[in-house]
Amino acid sequence: MSNLTEEFPSISSNDLKQYLREMLFIRRFEEQCNIAYRAGLAGGYMHTYIGMEALASGWINSIRKGYDYVITAYRDHAHALLLGTDAVAVMAEIIGRKGGTAGGKGGSMHIYDPENGFYGGWGIVGGHVPLGAGLAYAARYRNEDRVVLNFMGDGAANQGVVYETLNMASLYDLPCIFIVENNEFAMGTRLEYHAADPELWKRGQPYNMKCERVDGMDVIQMRKDAQRIIDWVRENQKPYWVEVMTYRYAGHGAADNDRQLYRTKEEEEVAWARDPIARLRKYLIENNIMSEEAIEAVEAETEAEALAVLEKAKESPFPDTDEVYDNIYTDMTPEKGH
Amino acid sequence: MPNMIELSYREALQKGIVEEMERDQNVFLMGEDIGRYQGTFKVTRGLVEKFGQRDNRYNLRILDTPITEAGFAGIATGAAMAGLRPIVEFMTMSFSILALDQIINHTAKIHYMTNGVVKCPIVFRGPGGAAKQLSAQHSHSMEGWYAHVPGLKVLAPSTPADVYGMMKSAVRDDNPVILYENPGLYAIKGMVPEDDAAFTVPIGKAAILREGKDISLVGYSRMTQINLEVAELLAKDGIDAEVVDVRSLLPLDTETIYASVKKTHRAVVVYEDWRSGGFGAEIAARIGEDCFDDLDAPVLRVGGLNVPMPYARNLELQCIPDADDVLAAVRKAF
Ligand SMILES: Cc1ncc(C[n+]2csc(CCOP(=O)(O)OP(=O)(O)O)c2C)c(N)n1
Ligand SMILES: [Mg+2]
Repeated sequence: MSNLTEEFPSISSNDLKQYLREMLFIRRFEEQCNIAYRAGLAGGYMHTYIGMEALASGWINSIRKGYDYVITAYRDHAHALLLGTDAVAVMAEIIGRKGGTAGGKGGSMHIYDPENGFYGGWGIVGGHVPLGAGLAYAARYRNEDRVVLNFMGDGAANQGVVYETLNMASLYDLPCIFIVENNEFAMGTRLEYHAADPELWKRGQPYNMKCERVDGMDVIQMRKDAQRIIDWVRENQKPYWVEVMTYRYAGHGAADNDRQLYRTKEEEEVAWARDPIARLRKYLIENNIMSEEAIEAVEAETEAEALAVLEKAKESPFPDTDEVYDNIYTDMTPEKGH
Repeated sequence: MPNMIELSYREALQKGIVEEMERDQNVFLMGEDIGRYQGTFKVTRGLVEKFGQRDNRYNLRILDTPITEAGFAGIATGAAMAGLRPIVEFMTMSFSILALDQIINHTAKIHYMTNGVVKCPIVFRGPGGAAKQLSAQHSHSMEGWYAHVPGLKVLAPSTPADVYGMMKSAVRDDNPVILYENPGLYAIKGMVPEDDAAFTVPIGKAAILREGKDISLVGYSRMTQINLEVAELLAKDGIDAEVVDVRSLLPLDTETIYASVKKTHRAVVVYEDWRSGGFGAEIAARIGEDCFDDLDAPVLRVGGLNVPMPYARNLELQCIPDADDVLAAVRKAF
């Protein structure tokens, strides 16, 4: 049995099994996305979460799903899947189909599912960060005890609007957790080349905000830190700034086909030693929570599921051409025609 | 008939805001210096006492923001996504340029990118165009920039009754709305319904403020006031001008505009924004495309000079279209 049950938060063996399944599914799902991209089914900009699974898993498994709000940038598939968005609808969106979460109008970068608390899915680096604070403003305005998980990248953490937002979030006591997914790169620019002080965790300090750096490669530790911070924010109705250390094994996006431009193969190999899925796998076996065979079975199942998701998504038709004018407004269309 | 009361444009605007805030708890105001300082153009005078407390560090219903236009436009947008109905004041529309990324890349795109799943009911309002000697960085007419963007609605009322009724319609609309107020209008007076909280002016309907049969003077916001003045001057010369107040740029009521042009066979479009590429050019192009056979003269435009706004009063006045400029265009049309 897990020795974690005495600790806070109580994480059961079943929870850990669930995390493994979810993380494996995300990774297999993302691999299918890459396959779809190479096959010409998905286009545009598409960014996978491979290597970062423990981060979103730890946070999203610590909130009240469907009640608390979650918002992130364009690297958004995992967040939606963890919140319970239908995987086929996510995949259908990624390949631009009618059955997608936005009917094929958003694409990979713009997945939304407000019913499950997910507010996207945004493509302007740093631009969604004030929106997340706005969600927190609404919660505060209505005297609800929701918290907001406001994810952004290490590159986004340089944008001016982020700091305008930190100032206001602190000034107005907004229950908003700013989570920097520090995967060490902003596209092809290494952290040290884009941040004057690479210790990004400090950047909430001038705004009178609690700040810290945590590890996002160990899902158990991530889950504990996330729960502690979320509980604090819910209780104290104040924002929090967290730098989470992680790494993306994949390229920046599907269009990044030469990672050697910004990092070496050796570096990647070292990073693979921190693989969050391998780490959890090892933990489960060492603590006799799951056998090697049981894990292999889950691996096979999630692989088959991800494959089936892509197949099912492909059955969805392309949007009808007359839908192009739909939903620009709630109640009208703009002038039509070229 | 409701009781009517004479109010300034500024007072009528505030009346619309207050009625909507009283009607719906989800409506709140945010902007720079709108609370304790009462607003730069005093549109929000007295509201901090009404909807908050002067001594509070902040008031959620009338929120004084730091000078961070992008940040607060974004926070308001996020709040709207979660169901609130913010009214955001820009101290001047020139400063909304700092928030263009939020408004264009985010606010205006939400409903489409979510295929209608997330609504964004929000109003951005503030003075745009020249006030008096505020020079090059404080005098932008931004309405044409916004009216270029699918996903936004853009209103530019010219009378107290219209700003009152359109403010209310804007708040009730489930889409992002830009309300453009020319600072030269704040002090003008007009009759407004006094105690008819249900009164609104529809979005997307132009108004004929003066009927005439010889030429259509098409404009919006303060230029409509100029057009009314010009129409009186022309009447003395025996020219019967029709004044079309566009009021709503997006959506644009081409039906009313075209009906006027088909009657008068001549049109001058007047706008304060830079002549080149300003919204009046769009109106003129549409009249030219769709009313060609009805026209007895080319569609003419009167716009602001294509220069950054200078400071010296004589140069500033030279830049802004006035009655003489419109009269000169009318003469060309005959
Ligand atoms: C305002 C803006 N500038 C540039 C880009 C292009 N771009 C997309 S992602 C990206 C890197 C962002 O890195 P980071 O914030 O660390 O997120 P990550 O991709 O690592 O998750 C860049 C430069 C953009 N989308 N938006
Ligand atoms: Mg990064």
